[in-house]
Amino acid sequence: MNLEAIRGKVAVIGTGCSKFGENWDKSASDMIIDAVFEALEDAGMELKDIEAAWLGTTTTFFTALPLAEILKLKHIPISRVENACATAMDALRNAMYSVAAGVFDRVLVVGVEKLKDMGISGLPEYWSHPVYGTGATAPGRYALCARRYFHNNNIDPDKGKEILAKIAVKNHYNGSLAPKAFFRNRIDVERVLKAPLIAWPLGLFDCCGNADGAAATIICRKDMAKSFRDDYVQIMGNATVMGPGLGKEDMDHAFDDFPETAAAAKMAYEQAGITNPRKDLSLVCLHDCFTIAELLEYEGLGLSPKGQSQEDVEAGSFELDGELPINTDGGLKAFGHPVGATGLRQCYEISRQLQGKADLPERQLKDPKIGLSLTQGGHPGWLIPNVTIFAQP
Amino acid sequence: MVGIKACGAYIPFFRLKREDIAKALGGGAGRGEKAVANFDEDSVTMAVAAALDCLQGIEPSTVDALYFASTTMPYKEKQCAAIVASVLGLRRDAFTSDFSSSLRAGTIAIKTACDAVKSGSAKNVLVVASDSRLGGAGTPFELTFGDGAAAFLIGDTDLLATLEAEYTHTNEFIDIWRTKDDEFVRSWEDRFIFDKGYQNNILEGVGNFVKDQGINLQEVDKVVLSAPDARRIQGAIKAMKLDIKSQVQNPLFDQVGNTGAAFAPMMLVAALEDAKKGNKILVANYGDGCDVLLFNVNEPLGDIEGRRGTKGYLNSKAYMANYEKYLRFRKILSLEAERTRPPQSSFAPVLWRDQKWVLGLNASKCNECGRLFFPPQRICAYCQSKDKFEYVKLSGRKGTLFTFNLDFLARSDDSPEVFTRVHLGDVGIYCRMTDRIPEQIDIDMPVEMTFRKFHEGAGYPNYFWKCMPTREVRT
Repeated sequence: MNLEAIRGKVAVIGTGCSKFGENWDKSASDMIIDAVFEALEDAGMELKDIEAAWLGTTTTFFTALPLAEILKLKHIPISRVENACATAMDALRNAMYSVAAGVFDRVLVVGVEKLKDMGISGLPEYWSHPVYGTGATAPGRYALCARRYFHNNNIDPDKGKEILAKIAVKNHYNGSLAPKAFFRNRIDVERVLKAPLIAWPLGLFDCCGNADGAAATIICRKDMAKSFRDDYVQIMGNATVMGPGLGKEDMDHAFDDFPETAAAAKMAYEQAGITNPRKDLSLVCLHDCFTIAELLEYEGLGLSPKGQSQEDVEAGSFELDGELPINTDGGLKAFGHPVGATGLRQCYEISRQLQGKADLPERQLKDPKIGLSLTQGGHPGWLIPNVTIFAQP
Repeated sequence: MVGIKACGAYIPFFRLKREDIAKALGGGAGRGEKAVANFDEDSVTMAVAAALDCLQGIEPSTVDALYFASTTMPYKEKQCAAIVASVLGLRRDAFTSDFSSSLRAGTIAIKTACDAVKSGSAKNVLVVASDSRLGGAGTPFELTFGDGAAAFLIGDTDLLATLEAEYTHTNEFIDIWRTKDDEFVRSWEDRFIFDKGYQNNILEGVGNFVKDQGINLQEVDKVVLSAPDARRIQGAIKAMKLDIKSQVQNPLFDQVGNTGAAFAPMMLVAALEDAKKGNKILVANYGDGCDVLLFNVNEPLGDIEGRRGTKGYLNSKAYMANYEKYLRFRKILSLEAERTRPPQSSFAPVLWRDQKWVLGLNASKCNECGRLFFPPQRICAYCQSKDKFEYVKLSGRKGTLFTFNLDFLARSDDSPEVFTRVHLGDVGIYCRMTDRIPEQIDIDMPVEMTFRKFHEGAGYPNYFWKCMPTREVRT
């Protein structure tokens, strides 16, 4: 195994992202076309330049053919990837290796999800065990973690809810500066704490919304990137890591950490040569499907010491003007979570930030060098994380 | 010699005050309260609870037959005793049968079990009687009926109580009934049915029995007397000249209610719990005729580790918030929100393949490294050894609550759903929590496992286990 072999081999040369939200007036095809043509324009390319593609979606399309059908791509290799909330970044991972191998020079990666046409407020129900698989929801699963994390770290649940509320407030603030976000309203701690309960200790504002959206990226080998643009973004590492889902059967599973996410981060840091993530990273887009997820991801990514992430929340370390800005576009809280698109939405934000081209100047960070994306599927005890690291040339 | 080797009972956690029914519907309040099954309980789940209570300290593999008595079987076609046998982990060659339809089903099953032991076809027969009858909203039946279960191990050695004599007669009579289409108990006009039905038959049965056996009724220490309700039992007691204070087993009308086929059996369990060596207990049960059984107590029941009996369950209770909740739990009142949810799915082949853990609550124990997993795992999550495991039954284990939520989003008949992680000794499992008061739930609280109905996906009851705060800590 030589993890460093992928470091800086592949570059992002174009990114695109549809508006996220309740896109009643747009089909999945419309959103894909919006995102792909923005990425093509960004890369200075046309559709006919695309040599191969990967499509990431969890439930919107089956097979890869719809991407060819929508974009009228003729006789090129396309694969569909599904890996829960890590779908888009895992599609990028597969695409990267085809580029790094030197087989294809211009590869399109698309992530999409159309959830709001289904007439339900939660995610669609998949096959599950008829009895053992009942009674749990996504917020419910994360609530198990929240309760135990509070307990293990001697945090009174009411105080714990306040800490989580600050994360929601931060992400809503950042989202208010992101024109493509679903929710652009600013909120305060009091409003978060007074909101209806979803799965105690989590309330309404602790949960991200479901949304429609699509995002796209175009990649090439780094040694060709300069022929497309000077401000390309290099991919330093991309790790998807599976665990055996030990949470369901392991007596030792603590419910106060994300071991799979820590393992994915470790692998990505090794690929990228990052030894001190808190210092080395300039921005992070992580998986705030629930506020407790964001809190524990600070620790899983090695940004806060174990059990101490609440101190960073109190200190504002991860706010837009803080030491290490996290979820600069408002994250899943502000954008909603069209499952298969979320990773590439983060790629869009990180790339644009590294290029100094954030869509609103108020959100643009000062000369960021390295950005990290974390998408995390499944649920605590059964996580499917991907960590991808991007850097300036 | 044949008789009772062990006995157990089950009374649901929730009670409904009769005054709450009157508050909602108007009319006379009636006294006391009645035991009501939670939304996830039925006669099968209550039978399992009573059977486990009865089998405390007894190896299930020693049971040769299981008779399940109830007038509220969840299935009309398909044996319910088979479900109970699988849950308890009885031997595959254990003989199982359902005894249904009659309010005498419990005593009929006891009598048949005694016959089987006498004939030598079985050494140990487990009899479980369980009922959860519905009276239509606003009827006297609704006020009177309660839910519960009782269980006995019938055998011919180490007897707690010996069956000394028995009597039965059958009487065709239309008094109370449910046809194949009826959900609620129906009846003929009450003066006729109590006069010519209950009173006549009980007096005839007990009268014939004492005459045949040459027994003086006044010398019986305890009479377990079934009756439709608190008023009618008074008439029978008077006619038999029994001393109501000392001689008549408390029918618990004001605490539990009439539990149908389980009613006389539950009273018999309660009588055995208080009996002294040498006591005579007479059981008189009514329904399409009359059964009389006379037991001689060989030894007091004493304390059995883990056994709760009627007393333990009676004192551990919480009041249902209101009558409307009871209506919802019994599906008499269905909410529009429930109807708009997509139907719950189920897959019979999955339930069959996983029966060992879905019904039996077996974990796998790795023979190489000793770690336990629930659900059972073919490959050990620690040492990765393949197919080297044995099953370990978790149903009797007590544990502690590791973490939990109160989930208002989850599909639930009693929102919030409480989803938990529980540690049962050396194994951790995910489970839903029932019989709980949300405000009282906290990390590290003692919990135990209880067999419940989850839903009716695919048109049949889907059973599995939940956790609940241990009943002992909530008396």
